[in-house]
Amino acid sequence: MKLTGSEIVAEVLLEQEVDTVFGYPGGTILNIYDTLYHYQDRIKHILTSHEQHAAHAADGYARATGKTGVVFATSGPGATNLVTGIATAFMDSIPMVAITCNVPDTLIGRDAFQEICITGITMPITKHNYFVNRIEDLADAIRNAFRIAQSGRKGPVLVDITKDVTAAIMEHEKKEPLTVTPMPKADIEDIKKIAEMINKAERPIAYFGGGVAASSASEELAELLQKADMPGTYTMMAAGVLSYDDKKNLGLIGMHGSVASNRAVDKADFVLALGTRFSDRVALNVSKFAKNATIVQIDIDRSEINKNVQVDLSIVSDVKDALEKLIPLVEEVDRSQWIDKMQEWKKVRGDKKEGEAPLRPVDIVTAACDLTDKETIYVTDVGQHQMWAAQYLKHKNTRSFVTSGGLGTMGFGYGAAVGAQIGCPQKRVIHFTGDGSFHMNLTEACTAISNNLPIITIIMNNSVLGMVYQWQTTFYGKRYSSTTPERKTDFVKVIEGFGGKGYRATTPEEFGAAFKEALKADGPVWIDCVISREERVLPMIPNGGTVNDMIVG
Amino acid sequence: MTEKKEVISIFVDNQANVLSRVVSLFGRRGFNIDSLTVSATNNPAISRITIAFTGNDQALNQIITQTEKLEVVKEIFTLEKEDSVYRELLLIKIRSNKSNRTALREVVEIFRGKIIDLSKESVVVEMTGAPEKIDGFMNMVSCYEIIEMCRTGVTGIKRGLATPECCQEGHEIYSGDLFD
Repeated sequence: MKLTGSEIVAEVLLEQEVDTVFGYPGGTILNIYDTLYHYQDRIKHILTSHEQHAAHAADGYARATGKTGVVFATSGPGATNLVTGIATAFMDSIPMVAITCNVPDTLIGRDAFQEICITGITMPITKHNYFVNRIEDLADAIRNAFRIAQSGRKGPVLVDITKDVTAAIMEHEKKEPLTVTPMPKADIEDIKKIAEMINKAERPIAYFGGGVAASSASEELAELLQKADMPGTYTMMAAGVLSYDDKKNLGLIGMHGSVASNRAVDKADFVLALGTRFSDRVALNVSKFAKNATIVQIDIDRSEINKNVQVDLSIVSDVKDALEKLIPLVEEVDRSQWIDKMQEWKKVRGDKKEGEAPLRPVDIVTAACDLTDKETIYVTDVGQHQMWAAQYLKHKNTRSFVTSGGLGTMGFGYGAAVGAQIGCPQKRVIHFTGDGSFHMNLTEACTAISNNLPIITIIMNNSVLGMVYQWQTTFYGKRYSSTTPERKTDFVKVIEGFGGKGYRATTPEEFGAAFKEALKADGPVWIDCVISREERVLPMIPNGGTVNDMIVG
Repeated sequence: MTEKKEVISIFVDNQANVLSRVVSLFGRRGFNIDSLTVSATNNPAISRITIAFTGNDQALNQIITQTEKLEVVKEIFTLEKEDSVYRELLLIKIRSNKSNRTALREVVEIFRGKIIDLSKESVVVEMTGAPEKIDGFMNMVSCYEIIEMCRTGVTGIKRGLATPECCQEGHEIYSGDLFD
């Protein structure tokens, strides 16, 4: 059947079982939007207020559902506005397909109105990108984009299509989605060696990251830890992979990780690193990280082996496959002495210090958790509130914590919350933000209103740019350069202006009451929580430090 | 870790932008390229990039594993010195007149180079060989005034029948006259 380029885009999206796209229209992508008008019964388009947030929404959708997020943007500024969103997805290995349109082929390279070389710009932040200026290449480029996004270590792919291609006509034939490149499998001989190492170890620990979530290996991980009587610690990308109340769960590792996690890794004689990359927020001092341990790394991406930390043994493999092979070979060894030590360390926390205000971050996070069910999805922006959420949330499920880990994108949260809520309409989405981060993206309230999304936004409002303020307090002699903006924003009035509901809370009681009201609403609610600017994210290990440099209180 | 010189062969799709994909990866990962050559192969769909690079084992491992992740990269391997041949082309213009031309010619002949242009005040020498040979020649002519020069950078190939998979039979092999 003969179709236009725009119709081919829509048909290939349907081949890929895409039913939702996020985006913003513009001149060069008009043909595609005109086509979407005719496909609106099969492809839902969510209009955001800004392309950056459309990309974050596609990202949040992908993180919460495991599917590939899709985002549309027009040429020039539309495409460049996607860049932060694509880079965020790239750094956290999130499958995304970004479709942009460009000026007609006859104008390419002439600095035409709203022309930009978006393939050149996004080359370092995509797994691959395509520039399509022949309709014959269009369908395969999009099909390949989906294959690449989901293959191996997942990530974003961009397809840039010239406007004339979207109008051109050619014969189109429906095809099955391309097979995702098979995951590398673990070599059994290597697995045997690892099993032997675990069996011999006296103080083993598993350190795991987003790769465990990406390969849906949380059950296998819990089984391994149970069988080997081995504790586990995780990066932010793996929050929720292991249930909060699992005795083996030591909590977050790294710069703002728990005392127990950091001490355990320091004292361990064996570290099993799973789907994680020893980032500088975890191995703050590379030469002293797990200095007493034999380190084994299992990761799907060969380039992650020995990239940051030199390991003793490595397997390039899907984590789930490796764990399935490993579990039967691991002996049930009683390591209660080691585990009991952890429970002792777990008691040392940095959250007990009183701030000036009566409402403490720990109270807010804990209450939000206690008042919602275990299926809740928590989304964050970036800053102190993100760390408090990562530390105190009682995660139970994989894909329940949506946060920007690698790029640390302030302004990620609301767009991502919109995407998560669209992707999981049956679940409750709670969005934690700070007043700094929220000023970057609060305009997405209009998207939440238009789509009647019951996202509850909790603003940890300390009237400063909290995380930087904390660093200035500790490391810069309290010289608060540009972190006390003195903004007069009334968040309650702002959300009311957008058409939603707002509450302010200054005590735990007020927060509890506001939160209960928010749970009853069927549209977006903001709760402006007044907290002290002296609240700290603790524990903290300074850059380049070790567990011995940990600031606890 | 000790630094050493390595030569890497990268087989890529013969498409627009491929070179910038590879080179930009080197740039953003902080890998310094000593030299780079690109050419078509016997398979018109595949181009070959040869990169010479100085670094330690860890950097070499990262270069290979990061580069092989690129969608356009079909094969990548190091050309080990023992089982490969390297060549480089030098064109060098040296100030030379009647009084020193004979001596210069002797040096060129010893290094098996060719004088390919001659004027009253200059000669242009062409020389191919392993980079070490070119370096040796450069050393010998350093006492002359060098007006300008250019080197192509290393290109290399494995000895024997070892053939990159993407250029083997079964893949579209170019069968035209290679000496057109």
